[in-house]
Amino acid sequence: MSTELIHEHEDHGHHHKETFITKYVFSQDHKMIAKQYLITGLFMGFIGIAMSLLFRLQLAWPEKPFGIFEVLLGKWAPDGVMDPNVYLALVTIHGTIMVFFVLTAGLSGTFSNLLIPLQIGARDMASGLLNMISFWLFFVSCTLMIASLFVEAGPAASGWTVYPPLSALPQAQPGSGTGMTLWLVSMAVFIASSLLGSLNYVVTVINLRTKGMTMSRLPLTIWAFFVTAIIGIVSFPVLLSAALLLIMDRSFGTSFFLSDIFIQGEVLHYQGGSPVLYEHLFWFLGHPEVYIVLLPALGITSEVLATNARKPIFGYRAMVASILGIAFLSTVVWGHHMFISGMNPFLGSVFTFTTLLIAIPSAVKAFNYITTLWKGNLQLNPAMLFSIGLVSTFISGGLTGIILGDSTLDINVHDTYFVVAHFHLVMGVSALYGLFAGVYHWFPKMFGRMMNKNLGYIHFWITAICSYGVFFPMHFIGMAGLPRRYYTNTNFPYFDDLANINVVITVFALTAGAAQIVFLYNFIHSMFYGKQTDQNPWRSNTLEWTAPIEHFHGNWHGEIPHVHRWAYDYSKPGSDDDFIPQNIPLKKGEEELQH
Amino acid sequence: MTIFLTLMLLVLVTVSIWQVTKILELSQPKQKQTQIADDNDNQTQGKLMFAFLIFIYILTIFSFWKWGDVLLPTAASDHGPEYDNLMWITFSVIFFVQTVTQALLHYFSYKYRGSGIRKAFFLADNDKLEAVWTIIPTIVLAVLILYGLYTWNDIMYVEENEDALVVELYAQQFNWKARYAGEDNVLGDANVRFLQDFDGKNLVGIDVTDPNGLDDIVVQELHLPVGKEINFKMRSQDVLHSAFMPHFRAQMNCVPGMITEFAFTPIKTTEQMRMDPDMISKVRKINKIRQANSKDLIANGEEALEPYVFDYLLLCNKICGASHYNMQMKIIVETEEEFNKWLSSQQTFAQFIQ
Repeated sequence: MSTELIHEHEDHGHHHKETFITKYVFSQDHKMIAKQYLITGLFMGFIGIAMSLLFRLQLAWPEKPFGIFEVLLGKWAPDGVMDPNVYLALVTIHGTIMVFFVLTAGLSGTFSNLLIPLQIGARDMASGLLNMISFWLFFVSCTLMIASLFVEAGPAASGWTVYPPLSALPQAQPGSGTGMTLWLVSMAVFIASSLLGSLNYVVTVINLRTKGMTMSRLPLTIWAFFVTAIIGIVSFPVLLSAALLLIMDRSFGTSFFLSDIFIQGEVLHYQGGSPVLYEHLFWFLGHPEVYIVLLPALGITSEVLATNARKPIFGYRAMVASILGIAFLSTVVWGHHMFISGMNPFLGSVFTFTTLLIAIPSAVKAFNYITTLWKGNLQLNPAMLFSIGLVSTFISGGLTGIILGDSTLDINVHDTYFVVAHFHLVMGVSALYGLFAGVYHWFPKMFGRMMNKNLGYIHFWITAICSYGVFFPMHFIGMAGLPRRYYTNTNFPYFDDLANINVVITVFALTAGAAQIVFLYNFIHSMFYGKQTDQNPWRSNTLEWTAPIEHFHGNWHGEIPHVHRWAYDYSKPGSDDDFIPQNIPLKKGEEELQH
Repeated sequence: MTIFLTLMLLVLVTVSIWQVTKILELSQPKQKQTQIADDNDNQTQGKLMFAFLIFIYILTIFSFWKWGDVLLPTAASDHGPEYDNLMWITFSVIFFVQTVTQALLHYFSYKYRGSGIRKAFFLADNDKLEAVWTIIPTIVLAVLILYGLYTWNDIMYVEENEDALVVELYAQQFNWKARYAGEDNVLGDANVRFLQDFDGKNLVGIDVTDPNGLDDIVVQELHLPVGKEINFKMRSQDVLHSAFMPHFRAQMNCVPGMITEFAFTPIKTTEQMRMDPDMISKVRKINKIRQANSKDLIANGEEALEPYVFDYLLLCNKICGASHYNMQMKIIVETEEEFNKWLSSQQTFAQFIQ
């Protein structure tokens, strides 16, 4: 048996006399694809964050011209004064990039690709080719989205939800012309990429687990990626259908979402469609999307917390159950984005009920994380700090969801800055923390070098303070009734007393933005000059650390390790070490925890 | 020049980060440079975690002290107090949970910071604990759901009320119009197809063949009688808009192709609201800010800002295009007498198109 495997491996080695192109560009190796996703995602992330800083400047000092606007926005900011259409475009593209390109593809794409084969003990994804195509479709969709920034009338500007009729009619705003077409095509390609990726993840987890890796021994990271992929497969096609129908309405004169419209002195021919239908289709993906973003971050947190607390994750079964519960509920709560869309109030009641139910599995997760820390031996590495930070923002942001998920309370805070504060904390900041935790933790696995911990600490503390500094005060201006997506609030003297809060928010936002440069520097510098890593620097139990440091297609020399226990035997009584990797057989008389 | 300066700044930041790293590295003994947290790091970072908890509390207290007065302005509709109750109850619950869980999270991070001598306590599971934090949130949420749904039904189900005043809110890029139903209290049929009739004088597209429409009154300023239920019918002629009236705890989207509804009873006239103590201090605060801003404007040779006087607002709260940020209408709540007097001075649709 072992000779066969060695033979198989030699085949691998032979097969991979790789050229530059097959190794670095059109690679089918999941580890390289993970790195490609990460670097593309980070690149998009920096564009998205930079955009947010521009519109934060505008919001804090709406009357003031900024040289930087003229430099970056050119004709859209004559004499440094931002055009209202550009403000809306920046908000729209910021949302699109951060939600889809950074936190969906950048986070899930990177870590699902890197960790699924390595943690379940597989030589690669089920289909390396589909995996490669998935990345390159993602790359094409990024390119299209960036290209849309350079079209004559500007990129899409109707909010990241692109509700018709605003997004459907070029007469309604300049961004709904070519920019919107590119947005839709880019998203269609993105969805194709995401579906190929998700199918691959699901098939790989089901079929390619190594001997002994039962579903109940899977690390929680894999559970999270697995369930995320399933949610993606269920909900992304619905967004694709919404995008296709919108393309039909825009380009071929159909009336799926449009009816009775008079614009620019002209009655349009559309009859019988309804924008509310689009809202249903969009949020059928849109809400699960929140969990597509968040679950992988929570999965990463589970792994990083347990490893660094030197303690088993508390309540493994409850954690799996709550992932499944959240996944199921996430597909039946979309209507809470539409309480005041004009849909029947009875539907509103139903969605209030399902929405508040989702707080239960979320609460279980939060409490289990806190209990995992209790009586631990916490190794406060940067990844650990970001994971603790994630739990903190997940709680702060999640709790305000109880206000927004209640149809009654939603009436007065819907589409105000209260919503912006809520979802940025619970999915934006939390998921970004998950991304950072993942990068700090698995950087040695990806690049064979360590990131600088002191820069990591600086990065974390500035980011943590500023995140609360930005989003905590934002709840206040939201509860005061300030609507989001306003280019300036100066037309309402009633809101004048909120102006100084906006300045505070912007100052924190700029500082947080600057802190990301520290991360970028650390990332690039460590990639080339970081300290060489040991094979298992965090003394972790999962299988990826049993693989050699150097990367080659196939992951392990010789046989793939077999699994004999769950991933969380940290500080188990009766063992000298405070960790027992999954591939170590049970000692005589040692009991395996039944999970 | 700006580009050059920005680039220089970036270079300087990069260089200083590099220098700081070097200093930090050199200040530690050589063998310790593993980039893995050691006992010293755990000490420092654990204490910082505790400091962060204090930071969160201070930020919270500071925000409430400094900005607490901007939260939820005084309610001016009959369901407003009901809404506010639900809000403050929910708010207290989440505030309590937030305070306790953040304390536990950060305190544990500090208390159990790693050290060479500590050994973690092997604890994989505890069904009782799991049950506790499944059941308690379930009960609390059940109460909130029931209370919320009760209020929701109360607010949202628009009952057939003969006495209610029917008002149409009509949205277009980027302004609002209101249509009163006139003597018969029935709005005439309308459609965007009729907008171009009578040389564009048919402002909201009333169908002239429907006799109910002839006595309708279309205006640019929304007047409401106090103490009377208003039944709003919303329409939009182009894109989605949202009629948001924060003081009345009222909001509903305006959707092209369909009519949406929202009803409430105003309980405070504009005059009464201006005399509300919270509102007086808010207006005073705003005018102080406006005076300060005016000084700068005058120094630049521009005109000073007018002093602010409170009025109810109708804002657009659904992104609708370039001037979304300025799509508003003034609402005036007055006594029924004043309202009737004002209404009778307006032209009906039949008069207007002649």
